[in-house]
Amino acid sequence: MIDIQNVTLAYADRVILRDISLELSERRIAIIGANGSGKSSFARLLNGLVMPTKGDVLVDGLNTRTHGKDVRQKVGFVFQNPDNQIVFPVVEEDLAFGMKNLKFSKEDIAQKTTDILSRYNMLDMREHPAHLLSGGQKQLLAISGVLVMEPTYVVLDEPTTLLDLRNKRRITHAINALEQTVILASHDLDLLTDFDRVIVFDDGRIAIDDVPSVAIPHYIKLMS
Amino acid sequence: MLDLYSPGHSPIHKLSPGVKILAMMVGGTGLFLVENLGIVAVALAAVIALYKIAGLSATQVWNQIRPVLWILIFFLGLQWWLAGASVAVFVVLRLATLLLLAGLVTLTTRASDMIESLTSGLRFLRPLGVNPAKVGLAISLALRFIPVLAQITTEVREAQKARGMEHSIVAVAMPVAIRMLKMADDISDAIDARGYRP
Repeated sequence: MIDIQNVTLAYADRVILRDISLELSERRIAIIGANGSGKSSFARLLNGLVMPTKGDVLVDGLNTRTHGKDVRQKVGFVFQNPDNQIVFPVVEEDLAFGMKNLKFSKEDIAQKTTDILSRYNMLDMREHPAHLLSGGQKQLLAISGVLVMEPTYVVLDEPTTLLDLRNKRRITHAINALEQTVILASHDLDLLTDFDRVIVFDDGRIAIDDVPSVAIPHYIKLMS
Repeated sequence: MLDLYSPGHSPIHKLSPGVKILAMMVGGTGLFLVENLGIVAVALAAVIALYKIAGLSATQVWNQIRPVLWILIFFLGLQWWLAGASVAVFVVLRLATLLLLAGLVTLTTRASDMIESLTSGLRFLRPLGVNPAKVGLAISLALRFIPVLAQITTEVREAQKARGMEHSIVAVAMPVAIRMLKMADDISDAIDARGYRP
């Protein structure tokens, strides 16, 4: 479970999140809100990319302030733009990066690379230059790079925003098939209908926290 | 090294990158020590034979020379004018051999293996405060983001062209610089998120 305790986040005088307290324990949780509502900052708090100005974030009891490395292994993070997440020039080299950081053996790295690329039908791209992949393939590579680190939670920050319809469907399918707990920040309401819980952010506060059938209409009303 | 690597299982592919780099350095130095056109011609033939052993095609040999063809032609003309035909041919053959040798190393060595070798090779700089792992990551990032930077520059140039400002260097350079700085922040977060600790 991820426990958010009285979290406030501010950059200089600008308050992004205001005294948020939440327990995240469902398998599929969505975070929605207008641009600047604080949802991306909230997502970044969950694996310690951003530290709260006040309050604490606990992941399975581990505080992001004091157990950053353990928290990052537990909470994988997929960014909006895969181009900014893929850090090595070749597909298999990029997949190996996170595993090397976690000191996986060479044999383990090779096996997990084969497994994850087979899962997404990308095995023949193992030695491909990453910059030549399509947008959807890049996002799948970014997701793969996180999954090989065997996280318990996967946080995705608007993973379909830059994709066309076909690739959006491909990524949606990949997200739905994840065994891990998924926390998804998105504008894409079609993605969220099967989720267990939707949290709507508005001006750094939680406007509503409920099942999709209640929260999504509330959000649409809020936006109009 | 971006997409030059040509996957294969030849004996040259299997050699350690350190050995290949060392062989390239020794071969390159050797080429500058000889003054005989015949030896350079033999060396060129030997390097081309190594391409064959590595399972590389004639097109891949040509692709190493093609980008610098005009420079080679320029040197050929200049040397011919300054020192005569045989010296001109000697200089150009030597340069072509060196280029092909360097190309052979990049075509048969993955970027990650090259960087790993470099990282090991830089260990002796640790007492001076140099972190070889950081140097390795910096080189990887540079290789990875050269095409991204090229893409961003193209996008910005097209956007400015649409506004009639294609000749303004500032109008292109400023947005590219801002996007790169923003991207650098995101990349730094992405590296952190994947558990990197140098």
